[in-house]
Amino acid sequence: MSPEEKNGGPSHTIAVLVENKFGVLAKVASLFSARGYNIDSLSVGVTQDPTVSRITLVTRGDERVLEQIRKQLSKLIDTIKVMDMVKEETVQREMMLVKVSAPRRERAEILQIVEVFRARIVDLSAETLTIEITGDDGKIAAFLELLAPFGVKEIARTGKAALSRGPRTLKSVKS
Amino acid sequence: MSTRAKRPIPIKSSKISGAEIIYRSLEREGVKYIFGHPGAILLTLLDLFLKRSQIRHILTRHEQCAAHMAEGYARASGTVGVCLVTSGPGATNLITGITDAYMDSIPIVCLTGQVSTAMVGNDAFQEADIVGMTRTVTKHSYLVKKTDDLPRVLQEAFYIARTGRPGPVLVDLPKDVILGEAAFEVPEEPDIRGYKPTTRGHPRQIERVAAAIAEAKQPILYVGGGAIHAEAHAELLKLAETADIPVTFTLLGAGSFPSAHELSLGMLGMHGTAYANYAVCECDLLLAVGARFDDRVTGKVSEFATRAKVVHIDIDPTAIGKNKQADIPVVGDARLVLHELNKLVKAQKRPLWRKRVEKLKADFPLLFDSQSSPIKPQEAILTLSQEAGDRAIITTEVGQHQMWAAQYYNFTFPRQFISSGGLGTMGFGFPAAIGAALARPEKLAIDIAGDGSFQMVMQELATAMQYGVPVKVFLLNNYSLGMVRQWQDLFMDRRFSEVGLEVSPDYVELRPAIRKMIETPGPFILDVVVDPDELVFPMVPAGAATKDMIVRDDRKRALSGKLSALPDN
Repeated sequence: MSPEEKNGGPSHTIAVLVENKFGVLAKVASLFSARGYNIDSLSVGVTQDPTVSRITLVTRGDERVLEQIRKQLSKLIDTIKVMDMVKEETVQREMMLVKVSAPRRERAEILQIVEVFRARIVDLSAETLTIEITGDDGKIAAFLELLAPFGVKEIARTGKAALSRGPRTLKSVKS
Repeated sequence: MSTRAKRPIPIKSSKISGAEIIYRSLEREGVKYIFGHPGAILLTLLDLFLKRSQIRHILTRHEQCAAHMAEGYARASGTVGVCLVTSGPGATNLITGITDAYMDSIPIVCLTGQVSTAMVGNDAFQEADIVGMTRTVTKHSYLVKKTDDLPRVLQEAFYIARTGRPGPVLVDLPKDVILGEAAFEVPEEPDIRGYKPTTRGHPRQIERVAAAIAEAKQPILYVGGGAIHAEAHAELLKLAETADIPVTFTLLGAGSFPSAHELSLGMLGMHGTAYANYAVCECDLLLAVGARFDDRVTGKVSEFATRAKVVHIDIDPTAIGKNKQADIPVVGDARLVLHELNKLVKAQKRPLWRKRVEKLKADFPLLFDSQSSPIKPQEAILTLSQEAGDRAIITTEVGQHQMWAAQYYNFTFPRQFISSGGLGTMGFGFPAAIGAALARPEKLAIDIAGDGSFQMVMQELATAMQYGVPVKVFLLNNYSLGMVRQWQDLFMDRRFSEVGLEVSPDYVELRPAIRKMIETPGPFILDVVVDPDELVFPMVPAGAATKDMIVRDDRKRALSGKLSALPDN
């Protein structure tokens, strides 16, 4: 399979419960690089069970590639559970900090955008505003597009976090 | 799950040293031999080999060979092989052997010394991040940070290595962890929440396989190394005979089914028999058992077994659908799945298909021109097979001789043929033969070697002599790196670059010499000078479809036709 075939295709979010141990993230990352899979975004954090971490990663590929990614992730000894986070059935959010040029005459306009998007100003200087925004892909992309004309100086994104809608949860028991 | 299974059962509650914990863990796992090369970090552990005799330490001359010996031991015995080396270069020298074991799913546990935990990361003397370096070539790995963790980690390492799809597990042992003290407490069985391999196939899927077999007109069993790891040979024989299904095997599957059985088609793939490859092209049901549709088997995968419904039985879910989509996937242990399948499969005869297969065998036999001087390598292997037969365990290096061994030796039992398949590691066969000889002392371990491969590891002759390991080297000496030379012959207009290994041959009379080798106690090298112009056929050029294989030695055709283009790899 060529790298293009592997890396093309629609974007998918996968949640992985892993042992909260030294070196586990490196194992996941090594798996992706060794097999030529892409990681578009990655977020890691400990869960309500302190021995378990949750990795949320966004990757791309057709159904066959994704099936391999899921299986390969499950095969890691430190992986407890792997789940596809299908867009329609999950809540997906990412947080982004944006530092944007904001000379006095343009501030009002930026503030208006911030308000419409329910973002927040978290820092302020004579020339810049730093804005915090949380949302799904579409919202963050639209927000960035609107800010672009003002001059985006720097952004930092957390990577996506995702949970199933409704009562369903990812239990730390291997299926 | 009951709480009882999880509760640690104290074997001895007072504290003992890390070295002692390692030794006792090995004993508990039933380890008889450990293949190693020492270093200062291992001193207290090495000291135990002087005081105790339950485990024999075999001192190798190079760490790579320690890993291959552990592999040879594991492949011949079906139990876990163990090697022990020091930090830094000791550990990095293991990597080829670890990768070899990973590619071929061989259960080995590699114990590596490491600098003290306080020094890790400081670029200390003989420090190497071996866990980092081997992350993608181990089934699992551990850097032990506390002596308290040692009993559990070692128990898990052996458990992970031998269960599921077997593979190498590395345990990195910092000096202070070996020197420290802890209680030796382990549970009866490890409980790893992220590791629960599926061994029993899904009953519904097995029913579907049985139905597919009943419906098929032209089925083929395609058997890989997984059938040997799972000890599935008896169930395989029963299935093939009951349902009248011809069997072809991969390089690693050789020995899973008797080569001389009337249903055997021999090996398939790049240098498989033409009749096996043609039969796969024509089959309407391909039953893959413990095989992974490797590129050396399938050739151009989009043209492999295109008419067939594909059943894929494998313990590793990632093997299924990786290279070829399966119509009926069955995740499970090959022996257990075939056992269930055999309960459902009804006796059946397929006279038309069998007749067709016999015709393919008659039309496209394995061929070579017999001559006495220089000796033909195929002739040498046939003669060896006649003389040594099922007394022998055969290991090989990698190259032409390996393919001829797989084609011409008459294999009769599982674990009789031990070869480096996935990684293709030159220098594998000789140390593997030493490991195999120790694992199966009642057998005769013979390394069918090429001169190029053997020269990579021949320092281990000293190891064989030191321990009196009666290993035989059947050296097919063509003064060259024959397989690369073959590609230059076929695809580079016979421009032989960097493949010549000029040595002075000693001519031997073949059959009496083989008898002398077999009868002489202890290590023995038989240097068989063979024709360097002999090529391995049939051959599917890399990236070509199996139906486009070069069946016979017809170099002019190969050069003039579409095959003159250099294959991808």
